[in-house]
Amino acid sequence: MEFLQQVINGLALGSVYALIAIGYTMVYGIIGLINFAHGDIYMMGAFFGFFAASKFNLPFIPTLAIGMICAAVLGVAIEKIAYKPLRNSPKLSLLITAIGMSLLLENGSRLDFIFGPDYRTYPSNLLPSQIIKIGALRLDSLHLIIILISILLAALLQIIVFRTKVGKAMRATSFDKDAAALMGINIDNIISITFAIGSALAGAAGVLVGILYSRIDPYMGIMPGLKAFIAAVLGGIGIIPGAVLGGIIMGIAETFTKVYISSKLSDAIAFAILIVILLIKPSGLLGKKSNVKV
Amino acid sequence: MIRNSLKRFAIFMATSIIIFVILTFIINQNIINQYDVRILVLICINIMLALSVNLIVGFTGQFTIGHSAFMAIGAYAAAMLTINLKLPFPLSLLGAGIIAGFIGLLIGIPTLRLKGDYLAITTLGFCQIVVVVIQNIPQLGGAQGLTGIPPKTTFAWTFFTMIVTILVIYNIVHSSQGRAMISIREDEIAAEAMGINSTKYKIMAFVIGAFIAGVAGGLYSHYMMYIEPQSFNFLKSMDFIVYVVLGGLGSIPGCIISTAVLTYLPEGLRGFGDLRMVIYPILLIVIMILNAKGISPSKLFKRKSKGRDKDAIA
Amino acid sequence: MIKKKIALAITLAMTLGIFSGCGTGSGGSSSDEIDIGVVTPLTGSVAAFGKSARNGLDLLQTEINDKGGINGKKVKFIYGDDENKPASAVNVAQKLINDDKVVAIVGPLTSTCANSVAPILEQDKIPMVTGTGTNPKITQAGDYIFRTCFIDPFQGTVIAKFASGDLKAKTAAILYDNGNDYSKGLADNFQKSFEKAGGKILDSETYNTNDQDFNAQLTKIKNENPDVLLAPDYYSTVGMIAKQARAQGIKSTFLGGDGWDSSDLFTVGGDAVNGAYFTDHYSSKDTSKEVTTFIDSFKKKYKSTPDSMAALNYDAGKVLVQSIQKAGKTDGESIKNALKSYSGTVVSGKITFDKDRNAIKAAVIINVKNNDFDFVKKVQP
Repeated sequence: MEFLQQVINGLALGSVYALIAIGYTMVYGIIGLINFAHGDIYMMGAFFGFFAASKFNLPFIPTLAIGMICAAVLGVAIEKIAYKPLRNSPKLSLLITAIGMSLLLENGSRLDFIFGPDYRTYPSNLLPSQIIKIGALRLDSLHLIIILISILLAALLQIIVFRTKVGKAMRATSFDKDAAALMGINIDNIISITFAIGSALAGAAGVLVGILYSRIDPYMGIMPGLKAFIAAVLGGIGIIPGAVLGGIIMGIAETFTKVYISSKLSDAIAFAILIVILLIKPSGLLGKKSNVKV
Repeated sequence: MIRNSLKRFAIFMATSIIIFVILTFIINQNIINQYDVRILVLICINIMLALSVNLIVGFTGQFTIGHSAFMAIGAYAAAMLTINLKLPFPLSLLGAGIIAGFIGLLIGIPTLRLKGDYLAITTLGFCQIVVVVIQNIPQLGGAQGLTGIPPKTTFAWTFFTMIVTILVIYNIVHSSQGRAMISIREDEIAAEAMGINSTKYKIMAFVIGAFIAGVAGGLYSHYMMYIEPQSFNFLKSMDFIVYVVLGGLGSIPGCIISTAVLTYLPEGLRGFGDLRMVIYPILLIVIMILNAKGISPSKLFKRKSKGRDKDAIA
Repeated sequence: MIKKKIALAITLAMTLGIFSGCGTGSGGSSSDEIDIGVVTPLTGSVAAFGKSARNGLDLLQTEINDKGGINGKKVKFIYGDDENKPASAVNVAQKLINDDKVVAIVGPLTSTCANSVAPILEQDKIPMVTGTGTNPKITQAGDYIFRTCFIDPFQGTVIAKFASGDLKAKTAAILYDNGNDYSKGLADNFQKSFEKAGGKILDSETYNTNDQDFNAQLTKIKNENPDVLLAPDYYSTVGMIAKQARAQGIKSTFLGGDGWDSSDLFTVGGDAVNGAYFTDHYSSKDTSKEVTTFIDSFKKKYKSTPDSMAALNYDAGKVLVQSIQKAGKTDGESIKNALKSYSGTVVSGKITFDKDRNAIKAAVIINVKNNDFDFVKKVQP
């Protein structure tokens, strides 16, 4: 029974990572950038949702919507201001700008006239938190809701990417940016849409986490951001179902490490997984090996 | 030709010694105080670290963003050698460098096969693992940190080690090995086609970089007298990357200046309070964007090379 | 050619270093002012603590100067932000000493920063009084380093003895932050003392700083069914732990250290924290004169109840100021000697220093009940 309980714990943790990982993987797939600021967009989403819920007393769905929309707007703004000018620069420059943006978001939100450095606590009435007892298993309904919402959003995304024209354009751009431009696709718009969707998902994750754990603070995005990134790589960077799979595996691996190995090493395990995957199958679990043409 | 390079070497050494004498005089006469000396020492140590990263990233084109791990290894190793084995300071530093270089070799062999972003994240992961491992070793002080490290580092030590580092890096870059490294940066596949064993040179750069970082780490721990694992996490690695990129990848003088400026800047901005850590990244982003548009402070120091002026930035 | 550029670069680099200090701090204890440095995290991960500390010390400064200052001279606290980073703490401390010419330093607040600053101050013979650094190694740096709070070993022992003696607990589990020396220190010392008193530690689990999900560890602990569960961390984290533990059905009584002390404990933990016991430096329900006067003045100035960070830093400042007053002189040696022989009562109780310059003072046990903190008893060392 304890084993099953731990699996549920891992799944809930993993679905949060999955939501954030999707954003990472989409952006990397399109413009080849590891958006270090993505974890902080997740954090901002949590804060936007917090203000919606506490200052304006909005219920769950509007709070989630506001978190997602504000995060999306923020993501697009960041892309336009900081990443677009560097689109043709070497990767390392982009990486540094992304890190700078991450620091800016973290330290900027800590300013007193923005969010302030203190922890905030989400109002507890947003989602029903009930303990569901099945035999000796005790499930928090919040965990189930998070898992379900993550699956829903991921499925929605798959539909958008594979069944719509916009999705087709996104896939084309990720294959070959220049060829897509030549075919008449507006690359700037596609990139903006990609950032918007990825950021919206991260924002959703932020709000859900705020409701689940109640506590949010400006530094909450650093570790989950890193782990979600590892998840994206694990599943195959650029591949959306891969990000979901990677996220879930990371969640379960982390939970099981804490239980069966040692809780001291749970962070190190995450990185060890990363290194092992990169050494054995760098294209990730669902990725295809691509040959570099000379 | 040899006479030329000997002349240049002599001028360089003479200038360095003059600078050192002037600075030591100023320090001893208390014209500048202990606080300023601290900044100077940190600048020297950071220059060593930045150059070691520059060798790997700027000259050989390998994205390593976890280099602070080697600084940590060197810092703790040197401390342990001094405290437990009671080795004299120079031997501790050497030992620290060797240990760091050796671990660099162990890590480098499997991971340098990876390219670009993948290599970057792996080095990041390695850095975090080192931090976690140190946190879990009680003999190293664990998360509480290691106290009681004797203060052996002086300005003289750091200045001269820095000068030696500069000479070493300069000589490597201008040797045939250095040219091999640069060719790997420019186009690895073409280099291989020309018969250069890219793995060998990548590892060479990595190990030398790790060695230097280890020695710098040893100087650091014997200056601070107390070290704790979190100060060596990937944020510290990012500091080095920033120093190197803003100075111009592959430019030694540019690297020296940018490191000095960026080491001083957080202290210089101290009066701004909360805003300091907001201004700093904004400056960073603005400079990156300007760089991309072709306005670059490092252009002042860039070497004019024949043919295409292919610098890694802009 | 390039060598010339390198040489030029080095020259410029070193010049920057020289000019780094210019133009800042006017400093100096001039003839009518005594400057005391404060190293505290005004920004960074624990900025809230730093702000509390500052409030406490500002209050102290006003009180002292209203009464005429120290031996006729006004006292001025000069703040330096260490961002809770040891390297920054050192730079800040050095700047306060060299540019602002402070006579002593209050702080640093966190143990890691205190550990990094102590050897520097010892070297420069400037007295340091930390009100909240609880790691035992801090005062080992030398004769000039003092602390006005108890150390982790003492606190751990108090909690363990209370659990074993008063709560009659036979088994315990611990859940602590492996990356936080305060949390780890308390956990280790509790384990030692609890086992010495005959108790058994069934499970000891860790988590990482900023973790929010403890379910994996809690499920494991639940299966062991301990009498008590020790969560030695700050209120923002233990609130979450308590909530998740109760949700899992863990019935153990919660135990904690002074990090539990905050009204925000209930915001994060809700009803789950009721029934817990924790050790603290003082209780705001304490009716002694020092406590009530302090709380009243604090409320009047800031319109909120002081937390332990404010109280402890106020105390550290007060002990230092009273020692300077007694010494009559402002050189390091005299202040150090006055501190060594200090004996007085401040907000957190009566303080004297032992041979290691750690404060000998009592701890209190607090019971969390009905969303409030109840005073249970005082434990003398």
